[in-house]
Amino acid sequence: MYLKSQANSINNMLKIENLKASVDNKSILKGLNLEVNAGEVHAIMGPNGAGKSTLANIIAGKEEYEVNQGTIELNGEDISELAPEERAHIGVFLSFQYPVEIPGVSVTNFIKTAINENRKAKGLEEMPAKNMLKMIREKSELLEIDRKFLSRSLNEGFSGGEKKRNEIFQMAMLEPKLAILDETDSGLDIDALRIVANGVNKLKSKDNAVIVITHYQRLLDYIVPDFVHVLHDGKIVKTGDASLALELEARGYDWIKEEMIS
Amino acid sequence: MSKYTEDDLREELETKEYEYGFYTDIESETFAKGLNEDVVRAISKKKNEPKWMTDWRLEAFRVWSKMEEPEWANVSYKKPEFQEIAYYSAPKQKPKLNNIDEVDPDLLATFEKLGISLEEQKRLANVAVDIVVDSVSVATTFKKTLGEKGIIFMPISEAIQEHPELVKKYLGTVVPTSDNFYAALNSAVFSDGSFCYIPKGVRCPMELSTYFRINEGGTGQFERTLVVADKGSFVSYLEGCTAPSRDENQLHAAVVELIALDDAEIKYSTVQNWYPGNNEGKGGVYNFVTKRGLCETNAKISWTQVETGSAITWKYPSCILKGNNSVGEFYSIAVTNNYQQADTGTKMIHLGKNTKSTIISKGISAGKSQNSYRGLVQINSRAENARNFSQCDSLLMGNKCGAHTFPYIEVKNKTAQVEHEATTSKIGEEQLFYCNQRGIDTEKAIALIVNGFSKEVLNKLPMEFAVEAQKLLEISLEGSVG
Repeated sequence: MYLKSQANSINNMLKIENLKASVDNKSILKGLNLEVNAGEVHAIMGPNGAGKSTLANIIAGKEEYEVNQGTIELNGEDISELAPEERAHIGVFLSFQYPVEIPGVSVTNFIKTAINENRKAKGLEEMPAKNMLKMIREKSELLEIDRKFLSRSLNEGFSGGEKKRNEIFQMAMLEPKLAILDETDSGLDIDALRIVANGVNKLKSKDNAVIVITHYQRLLDYIVPDFVHVLHDGKIVKTGDASLALELEARGYDWIKEEMIS
Repeated sequence: MSKYTEDDLREELETKEYEYGFYTDIESETFAKGLNEDVVRAISKKKNEPKWMTDWRLEAFRVWSKMEEPEWANVSYKKPEFQEIAYYSAPKQKPKLNNIDEVDPDLLATFEKLGISLEEQKRLANVAVDIVVDSVSVATTFKKTLGEKGIIFMPISEAIQEHPELVKKYLGTVVPTSDNFYAALNSAVFSDGSFCYIPKGVRCPMELSTYFRINEGGTGQFERTLVVADKGSFVSYLEGCTAPSRDENQLHAAVVELIALDDAEIKYSTVQNWYPGNNEGKGGVYNFVTKRGLCETNAKISWTQVETGSAITWKYPSCILKGNNSVGEFYSIAVTNNYQQADTGTKMIHLGKNTKSTIISKGISAGKSQNSYRGLVQINSRAENARNFSQCDSLLMGNKCGAHTFPYIEVKNKTAQVEHEATTSKIGEEQLFYCNQRGIDTEKAIALIVNGFSKEVLNKLPMEFAVEAQKLLEISLEGSVG
């Protein structure tokens, strides 16, 4: 049912095998397989309740999700026993669908703390303030973020678009290996969508990978995926190239369900 | 998943020893336990005090003997046995030092463990340090620089000898001997403390700083601080303390009096980190403090406090806004963890016209602690156009702690404007996961969230203290989420 994303599967950045997971004893993922290689963009689409956000949270290590079976490997290492911060340290990044507010903590202070904690985990010194400032300037320009925005409290009073742009700004600062964008397009107007997508495209390299979780084709006009997966009832039921997303946009999901039955 | 769970956190917290729980072995001279007129006389004699001072103490003792220990605060504890306390303790070899290198090396080592080594302090250049160890000052620095401006900054025991006219004029004028049980006790037996006088129109060129600590087991400590800012002067005073781990409860009953004459300004900042007791609520310092300031015309007093320690805290730094246009401010962070109990807040007494006060209180409760804000805003009948703004925010961690707010507002003048805002929030799993996902572990995340919550108050602290205060918040709350 699913395609191997590339021939050399030994070098998978992310490899998920037969993943079964539940929350509050409710089974959500029911034997999910996914392979993502460095340099690739994967889109995961599917109807509400298919398990898209669950998958994102499980890869990031959210506590209330229980992995019942299967493995999650990142660069050959099983990460399913790692704490969320340990996963972050080895390059997992989740752009949240609903980023939380942290009153009194500025965007700058937050990202500075995050970068230095990641460096500490790698045995590195704190980033010198000069370098930090330079990086903040570069990345905020990339995402067309007003510098005044950076001194505001994290997500407090942010518009939907500001929140998402701030997520991508953090991604740009942290330079993850695997970035998961959970419905980053929701709440974005067309201009913000273009800026965010443009940022993601510029951050893409042969060494990192992106998983885009979305309901709509819209975002995929800007971030063109190498693979499109359809998630339905806890499993990936169809995989194709970018044209699959267009087909889903035109035909909805029902034909896939029918295809499954037949 | 081997997630760092709440239980792990709780366990870690419970096994965590008091960071500064060590004991320096300096020989001390201690009076026999108990309190009566003879002990009061002996303390006074020991310090070679003039008769007026001895009489003042005796008067206070007589008042205290007839008083009852107050019970209205939202705290519960076993009352101290006042006859089981030794009321005087001084390092035996009292060194008279001009140079820091002459200080007992053990003592220096103690300060180094605290991360506030004198060497470091000296290098901080603009901080004059008057260190109080077990009630007697052992080192005073920068005295000369201050002397050139006519600023007096010395142990109060020396001020009684050298500037009796000033001490006599102001001591007990803001906190009278009969004010309350603990203030009366302090007045009778205070051992030492600091005295500061800023002459007319002088702006004190440096932050004045004092570190207090309790060192001798079973010894109560009764500090007395008197700060007088003469007309048009300015001073910023820092007070900080840490205490070593002791089994039995230690009583700390300090009195601080501030006097800001016309157009003067006093900024008084405290970081309090007395031993809070162990994870079962055993031991810890009882901190019963009376702090009050008096503002004359156009004067201003700001209290800023970061309270992280003590088993029991009973403390209400207050302002009497006597003069027209005078201003009182209170910025407070109070952290309680384990079985700590804090009942703290302020009183703003508006007497003069156009007086203004601001109260910002941030209470953080974790473990099984109880954290109460208690504040009084009183607008008297002649206080035309008085204004007050109060904001009390509480942050809870876990399900076993409590946050309480007791605001009292008494308004006797209809031109008054009084505002009160209060919020209560809880550190959420979502916030922690968000931080974790960015590579920030749970302890660091809590510190970050708490620092954000407390920012308005931390910003009021002088730079030197802000860093130490943030460190203390982290230490006090390590592993406290639930």
